[in-house]
Amino acid sequence: MSELWFYLLAGMTVASAAATVLSPNPVHSALSLVITLFFVAVHYIALGAHLVAALQIIVYAGAVMVLFLFVIMLLNLQPDPDESRLNPVSAIATGAALILTVAIGRLMFAFGSTAPVANLPENFGTTKALAGILFRDHIVAFELTSLLLLVAVVGAVVLAQRDKGETRG
Amino acid sequence: MDAWLIGGVKSLLVLFMVLQVSALLLWVERKGSALIQNRYGANRASLFGVLPFNLGLVNTLLADPIKLFTKEDFVPAGADRFIHSLAPFLALFPALITFAAIPFGDSIELAGTTIELVAVDLDVGILYIVATIAMSVYGVVLAGWASNNRWALLGSIRGSAQMISYEVALGLALVSMILTYDTLNLQAMVHAQGNLIFGVLPAWGFIYQPIALAIVFTSGMAESKRVPFDLPEAESELIAGYFTEYSGGKQAAFMLADFAEVVMTAGIVVTLFFGGWQVPYLTAEGWHLPFMDLIPVTGWLVTVMQVGAFTIKLLFFCWLQILVRWTVPRFRYDQLMNLGWKGMIPLALVNLFITALVILLAGEFS
Repeated sequence: MSELWFYLLAGMTVASAAATVLSPNPVHSALSLVITLFFVAVHYIALGAHLVAALQIIVYAGAVMVLFLFVIMLLNLQPDPDESRLNPVSAIATGAALILTVAIGRLMFAFGSTAPVANLPENFGTTKALAGILFRDHIVAFELTSLLLLVAVVGAVVLAQRDKGETRG
Repeated sequence: MDAWLIGGVKSLLVLFMVLQVSALLLWVERKGSALIQNRYGANRASLFGVLPFNLGLVNTLLADPIKLFTKEDFVPAGADRFIHSLAPFLALFPALITFAAIPFGDSIELAGTTIELVAVDLDVGILYIVATIAMSVYGVVLAGWASNNRWALLGSIRGSAQMISYEVALGLALVSMILTYDTLNLQAMVHAQGNLIFGVLPAWGFIYQPIALAIVFTSGMAESKRVPFDLPEAESELIAGYFTEYSGGKQAAFMLADFAEVVMTAGIVVTLFFGGWQVPYLTAEGWHLPFMDLIPVTGWLVTVMQVGAFTIKLLFFCWLQILVRWTVPRFRYDQLMNLGWKGMIPLALVNLFITALVILLAGEFS
């Protein structure tokens, strides 16, 4: 991908991410987050990882964001006009984030020039290559992660279950 | 030839094909419903009232869009103006781009270049379709929310719950199809369906996976939110559901999205289960009917027959969905959810398990 396209895409990604944080309306910021996730998927496609891009959209932009929108709509949060944008907590958080960004950027520039450029295998990013890594090289981590997700699902079912004595509402 | 030019021409071709079929379905639905309900239907539009005979199709296709786009575009007070305008496009966009991954013909040779007759020949074609279906929820949710109307919000909440529920069953059924064909590429899936079982029967997907066919077709209809799954718009309960507060061109966009989703469902079913562009017994050398001599068919004629076969199959499944829409009454909400969660999803899981088991055992013993 030409450098120009990359910077254009990266700029739009950062802009929509900024809109997520800065928008006073919670639904608008949720929508901006979806757009950000979408742009990240486009980055994956540009890097040749089509499978990861498809999964990014299915899992994040699709499922998670829909649930997120649900929460926002059912809680019915309204933008609060009285809330000051410059309270001490947000000032400290912004400062910390800025310092972290500068530090990471400094580190990247320090190592960037000497870091070896990995030679990508020919079938990089294809489903077969990814499956080989996931199900052969890192099978234990994969299985442990799926166990973790299973525990979360069981937990959700237990929490959502009505008590036995409770009448049906 | 320039790859950009080929890609652009193919994309435009597919886009216009979907739009044309969607617009055609608008007329087919009005006439088809009239046929089923024993009335004439859509016979009033006549070109300036001067034509002695009624060109129902042409007049309705011209009159309907003109009527819709010249109406007032009304945004209710208290609505979120930006999202209210954005939502129809979010509803229409995923339905239109899904077709990019669906192959409508075999590869052709043109000026020394091999062109696959699919807009984008994706390595992960089937996952791309799942991703676009996942995106189609946004238009519905945001339309209802931005309208600042109770009925619209109820409709969009119903719609999102229904679409997410049926997406699970659809996804599981598609996984069993991935196992059956051993690929994610839709063009490769269609190629696999060109084989013959025992040299007689075309190896189309519905022979291997009848349960997956039932699940995909039903979930696809549920995704397009049409009767019997039209709870999100249920006009006797919710006025018009999530697009209650839409008028004119924006409402037309929602209608077009509905029909584009019908075409999309038909495209998925045809590609996965009914051989896509495959004509039974037609190979590169000619038409090889069982127990008969080879009928030589070559060159462009093969391509034309294959694209024609795809179109006919596609239109048949569009018509089937319209037939179901006008003959089956609407579900109750608990019936809808029970069918999705207690019927389709367990069935899809069992089907997936059996498919995996059979493939594993076949691999062991061969």
